[in-house]
Amino acid sequence: MGYPYSHDLEVGTILSRHFGDESARRLNVWQEYGGYAALAKAVGMDATQITGIVKDSGLRGRGGAGFPTGLKWSFMPQEPTGPHYLCCNADESEPGAFKDREILRWVPHLLIEGCLIAARAIRAEHVYIYVRGEYFPYTRILNDAVVEAYEAGFIGPDILGSGWDCELTVHIGAGAYIAGEETGLMSSLVGGRAEPRVKPPFPAQSGVFGRPTTVNNVETLAAVPMILSEGSAWYRQWGTERSPGTKLWCCSGHLERPGTYELPLGIPLRDIIYDVCGGIRNGKKLKAVIPGGSSTALLTASELDCASTYEGMQEAGSSLGTASPIVMDEDTNIVRAIRRTAEFYAHESCGQCVQCREGTAWVAKILHRIEMGDGRLADIDTLYDLCEQLTGRTICVLADSVVFPLRSSLDKFRADYEALIGGRA
Amino acid sequence: MTRKIHPAVVSAQPFQVANLRPTDRLFEDEEGRDRLEKAISRYPDKRAALLPMLAYAQERNGWVSPESMQQVAEALDLTPAYVNSVATFYTMYNKHPTGRHMIQVCTCVACHLCGGEEVFEAFLEATGTVPGAMSEDGKYVVMEAECLGACGFATAVQVNDRYFENVTPETVGEVLARLEQDGGE
Repeated sequence: MGYPYSHDLEVGTILSRHFGDESARRLNVWQEYGGYAALAKAVGMDATQITGIVKDSGLRGRGGAGFPTGLKWSFMPQEPTGPHYLCCNADESEPGAFKDREILRWVPHLLIEGCLIAARAIRAEHVYIYVRGEYFPYTRILNDAVVEAYEAGFIGPDILGSGWDCELTVHIGAGAYIAGEETGLMSSLVGGRAEPRVKPPFPAQSGVFGRPTTVNNVETLAAVPMILSEGSAWYRQWGTERSPGTKLWCCSGHLERPGTYELPLGIPLRDIIYDVCGGIRNGKKLKAVIPGGSSTALLTASELDCASTYEGMQEAGSSLGTASPIVMDEDTNIVRAIRRTAEFYAHESCGQCVQCREGTAWVAKILHRIEMGDGRLADIDTLYDLCEQLTGRTICVLADSVVFPLRSSLDKFRADYEALIGGRA
Repeated sequence: MTRKIHPAVVSAQPFQVANLRPTDRLFEDEEGRDRLEKAISRYPDKRAALLPMLAYAQERNGWVSPESMQQVAEALDLTPAYVNSVATFYTMYNKHPTGRHMIQVCTCVACHLCGGEEVFEAFLEATGTVPGAMSEDGKYVVMEAECLGACGFATAVQVNDRYFENVTPETVGEVLARLEQDGGE
């Protein structure tokens, strides 16, 4: 269940049942909880069968893009001509997101098991778990679990006596948000700057070390063992047709009960904020929420009656993203909050594309100027113009990421900008 | 003394730590050679051991010096210019020696909303430092950090390889006292 709070609307079966239970990190306890039973099942199945179950479950990528996981796996060559690789993306660093951290630190064996099953499904011989550098305490926990799993024969040669070999290596990043973009991750893993590259070739054709590669998010892989054990129909009892299953919601900002909750997809966003998270702290009113992590369009208090699904959030004009709502109360200085967000993207731009390198920095500078009372009304037009320049013109979507919160704040809180500008032309 | 490290996790050792084991020659003692060999063994191309070895240099020395980069370059058959271009891309590799306790206060959007800037100011005041500069006794350096990934526990503060959560200006003293008490471990 959720951590540090839990709620009746939660379904804790798939990911979060043992959140908060330190003993679940140990292999012997984890096995008492039924751990690695799904792996034992998987070694008796072939790649196509495993992929089929995950395809049928409708599991979608939890890293933000929501691409169907089984379909992604099916893009890998069916008849390998050399090594395949799986990369687990644990480079969680989107402002607002801290869900993968909870998986790493509470249920590391669940992630390892998910990685191995996925590796079998894509015929990978080696799994690399790329963890963000800052997550030292959680990397330590993961490392201990990996060593335990190796010693017990769950990883390595001849897994569970099946004749199947698979290695797993934990690899630590060093503070680059862009290493969470899948091609950036691959550039970083092989020993380079974490610079994204143009696709095609897609990772399934040419990924790390020039070989077919699949990159999956931590939460995606952690959902796989239960799907394999219980079946796709069981998984589909939660969520909607297009957004099946459960999702970790990591909620932050001005909430009574911030934290991570595992919820069936589809609960109205309003209920997540007001019921699950106990509403706005100190009895204040809600001003805005950035619902899916800092790269999504903000919603106002009157726009919260949308279903918390991929399609529902899109209809509301925003995005599910990583399901990481950042909630702002009525006293929030929107310009300042968006300036903080823009500074993040300016800081994390890899610098390859001119629009992104220059544009994100200018957005931050202009917002700062407005915030300090030195803005002009023309600055608002310049910001809109920058939104145009930053959309769809770059190798990756980092530049687009700053546009969603910025443009929505200009559209929905223009009065806040104008009040700070004070009519100066 | 060589700590036994499983090859699967040799590329994921915490590298911002208080207790340093300085060395002028990274790969000339048993530990250094062990780390290098194990890391290389995990990848089909030894260039992939570059980030792990830069991290190792920092774990030993507290920063990644030009000499360390040179040694890493030699060990992995890379040019020093290439190693430098990679090392400078990543913010967590310190390019200069830093304080024994590197205090990073998250002031990104979620922590900002919950008072991250006030916590940052309180750390500066309590340590008598200015942002990013080491205190005179070499104990502290305080800086702002972008999102640390603990947004539900604002304000999040990272000190070396540890996290402190729900920090407020009022609890800054407690955090510093714990650092003193634990000696950074």
